[in-house]
Amino acid sequence: MLIKLTGGKVYDPANGVDGEVRDIFIENGRIVSPEPNAKVDQEYALHGRVIMAGGIDPHSHIGGGKMTIARMILPEDHIGNEVARTELTRAGVGHAVPSTMTTGYRYAEMGYTAAFEPAMLPANARQAHMEMADTSIIDKGAFVMLGSDDFFLRQLAGKADFSAIKDYIAWTMHAAQAIAVKVVNPGGISAFKFNQRKLDLNEKHTYYGVTPRDIILTLARGLTELGVVHPLHIHGCNLGVPGGYETTLETIRGSEGLPIHLTHIQFHSYGTEGDLKFSSAAAPIAEAVNANKNVSCDVGQVMFGQTCTASGDSMRQFVNTRSADPKKWVVMDIECDAGCGVVPFKYRDKSFVNALQWAIGLELFLLVNDPWRLFLTTDHPNGGPFTWYPHLIRLLMDKNFRRDMMQKINQDALKYSTLGSLDREYTLYEIAIMTRAGPARSLGLVDRGHLGVGAWADITVYDDNPDREAMFTTPELLFKNGELIVRNGKIVKVVNGGTHVARPSYDRGGIEKSLKRYFEDYHTVRMDNFRLSDDEIINGGRGSLIIQPTRARAA
Amino acid sequence: MESQKSSNSANHYENVACPFCGILCDDLEIGPSGDGLKVLKNGCAKSVAGFERPLAEPNPQVDGKDVSLDEAIATAARLIRESRLPSFGGLGTDVDGVRAIMALAEKGGGIVDHALSDAQYRNFRVLQSSGWVMTTLTEARNRADLFIIAGSDVHKLHPRFFERIVCNEASMFSDNPPKRTVVFLGEGLNESAVKGQERIGEVVTLPVKTERIGEVLDAMRALNKGATIPGNDIGGLPRAAVDDLLARCKAASYGVVVWAPPSLGFPSAELTVQAISEFVKDINLTSRFAGLALGGNEGAVSAGAVCGWQSGFPLRVSFASGKPDYDSERYAISRLLFAKETDLLLWLASFSPDLTPPDTDIPTILLGTPSIKPARTPKVYIPVGTPGLDHTGVMVRVDNVVSLPLRKLRQSKLPSAASVLEKIEAAL
Ligand SMILES: [Zn+2]
Repeated sequence: MLIKLTGGKVYDPANGVDGEVRDIFIENGRIVSPEPNAKVDQEYALHGRVIMAGGIDPHSHIGGGKMTIARMILPEDHIGNEVARTELTRAGVGHAVPSTMTTGYRYAEMGYTAAFEPAMLPANARQAHMEMADTSIIDKGAFVMLGSDDFFLRQLAGKADFSAIKDYIAWTMHAAQAIAVKVVNPGGISAFKFNQRKLDLNEKHTYYGVTPRDIILTLARGLTELGVVHPLHIHGCNLGVPGGYETTLETIRGSEGLPIHLTHIQFHSYGTEGDLKFSSAAAPIAEAVNANKNVSCDVGQVMFGQTCTASGDSMRQFVNTRSADPKKWVVMDIECDAGCGVVPFKYRDKSFVNALQWAIGLELFLLVNDPWRLFLTTDHPNGGPFTWYPHLIRLLMDKNFRRDMMQKINQDALKYSTLGSLDREYTLYEIAIMTRAGPARSLGLVDRGHLGVGAWADITVYDDNPDREAMFTTPELLFKNGELIVRNGKIVKVVNGGTHVARPSYDRGGIEKSLKRYFEDYHTVRMDNFRLSDDEIINGGRGSLIIQPTRARAA
Repeated sequence: MESQKSSNSANHYENVACPFCGILCDDLEIGPSGDGLKVLKNGCAKSVAGFERPLAEPNPQVDGKDVSLDEAIATAARLIRESRLPSFGGLGTDVDGVRAIMALAEKGGGIVDHALSDAQYRNFRVLQSSGWVMTTLTEARNRADLFIIAGSDVHKLHPRFFERIVCNEASMFSDNPPKRTVVFLGEGLNESAVKGQERIGEVVTLPVKTERIGEVLDAMRALNKGATIPGNDIGGLPRAAVDDLLARCKAASYGVVVWAPPSLGFPSAELTVQAISEFVKDINLTSRFAGLALGGNEGAVSAGAVCGWQSGFPLRVSFASGKPDYDSERYAISRLLFAKETDLLLWLASFSPDLTPPDTDIPTILLGTPSIKPARTPKVYIPVGTPGLDHTGVMVRVDNVVSLPLRKLRQSKLPSAASVLEKIEAAL
């Protein structure tokens, strides 16, 4: 069946299309260029509408045990946000940590067609994928966490052959069905288990004797040489620490030109000026990002209200438990592999610190020049739920609205930020880069995030409403793989999304020889059972695999 | 599934995960024996009873009379359709089984609850009011130098826990790991698994009535904060013993308090779990410590997790209004049955024949293992297979972090609970 989307204004940055009026044709789920007189079976007249590829969230905690702990710990946050079952959609709850199905519906209703879970512990990968399988409609993928796991740290401490380290990284990606690798507080999650309370970039882990810098460089270099498209996804040392921006700058300098992605950089851009010894260091961070083309980042914008922070960074989260609101929290040490911390949090607009966090995030958005290297995230749910995206987009596109919002927050905070002096307004083209084309390119999604011929027809159609929040809250149409899923912000069809994975080549026999023994000696799970099979993802049609290419492996 | 290869001969399996207790040991070796299976290596009383159960394939029944599966399904669907408020209980199943029950409960407008929820709620209430610091099996196995077993006869619930987690020889962090101290805090706990073991240094027995364990932990928490506590008796223990235990905790490089909520079967036992959790939180300000909750047999952990991610709430959720409505007291199926607030019970028990439905005169649809013997003849009985024996599956382990794939080990005509439930849902 040939479908024609007629006369919309197309924003497709991957193909350099900036608001041109174009027709788009869909056939068998993909965007096609039909013969001039081909018969159109269905036509949507979209004159004056804005057309973009489906949104892609490159960093959103949607799957894995920590999210279910977060869901279970906060029943009061669900009350009043329950969602009834319909003929089409399943019941659930919303707000800070929505239930899985509801998460999928909300993303789709907002025009998004993919979201990536950035902190999948290898030991918890099976559950993370089960939760994502129950996240309706959207495609998903996950970054597997390395860098505090005993096997990698002992490889590093024992100066293992670099090719064996690469094999282990690749093995873990395959075993956990991941598309990328994340490091969280490099080595710090492990160090905390040895009662070390902080680990700076150049500080030695008490047991393994390695530093976060060693860990980052090894993983970044390993991924580059394995040909994995998404660079090492780094949640750096010292999250949330005033003065932590210096560590962030040092991390950029220390990357030695290797591609790196710094995630929720807002939480790593804090200075120590002022009476409260807390200030914005967004300017030097943005300057460093602008100057270093090997660096990409996402913001992790803070939004006001109740949320729940959930992170693999058990070391930092244990400290954050002091600010838990409501006063309850979970910290876990996990399988000599990783950890997690779930801490409910309420960001208040009248709080100096929270208001400044909000301002720092916006400053970063407005000071980093290249939207191809900066992605729009709230680090859902850490900075706030992903459902805030339309509001955030308006803050970036509409300086008068931004000024109005600035009036409502703690005014002292603004004194320690340059936000008031920034006039930049994002264009639709830049928003399309930050929310589709950029993440797709960064993650190596070859036929998503753009509207060129051959791409899968993940397409969002918006009314060109000057109120950008309203516009991005309720798209008129959403197509997923060419099927109409959402009309006027309401789900009209439910499908199961696929799972993006990347599979760098490696010597499976070699690495499994050491791993099999290692699992038998120390673990409580056998290697064969640790590894997720393709069948588990597919699970009789509940899911499917989308294997994205990697570049050639070097050495 | 990739790991489904058999070795040596047909029907000979290695690295088999055992679904018959929440620990999900996955190092079992299972081979054929006559018409059935035999646990060749790493068995325990529970796994032997489960895996070696002879295969029986009875017919589905309505009112005690054999019928076709289709007829049983049609009758079950009719009963649910006609029910004012159905309840979906037992939930002895794997992840896909719970997924199917959730979908059915939503469509049927009913209530979901697991047979062991009373025990699980001793933990959930603490999670929802104050939280905790927890660890997992591999972490404890490699790292802990002090284990405190709090009021739980772990052996009864998890026969291999001590063998695999406490008495293991190897450790990631040392070729010659330090000997461990094991403290039994409680009464009449089985200490046989640690006595005389190479890896165990001291075994300390502190006889405390189970109901008073919370007092001991509260006192230790207060003492750790520098408070003074008068008297020479704390929770029935000599004060010196409590001082000594606190000193051991402070000196430990990684202490683990182990409890199994099903063992804490007394009123307000959640306060004991809370006392443990708050003590562990506090001592973490200076040294590392963690809790490790066991129990969670009969798929209880999988049920809590799937209900948690799909509905946002742990079990005891009602879908009567279409929306998830959560009340941990009101939606306990035992209470609903007693108060006759529910008019239909669907009971699911696919692991153990002992997980029989409550004795009730409310019409019951039973999806159970073939050898299950309910007190009364259910309205509908559909025999179902056991995940990990008759069909593949996945379960979430007792520490709520690791899940394991379950394999199909024998040819049987028994359907999975999930497939039966999906058909009932389709027929609604
Ligand atoms: Zn994150």
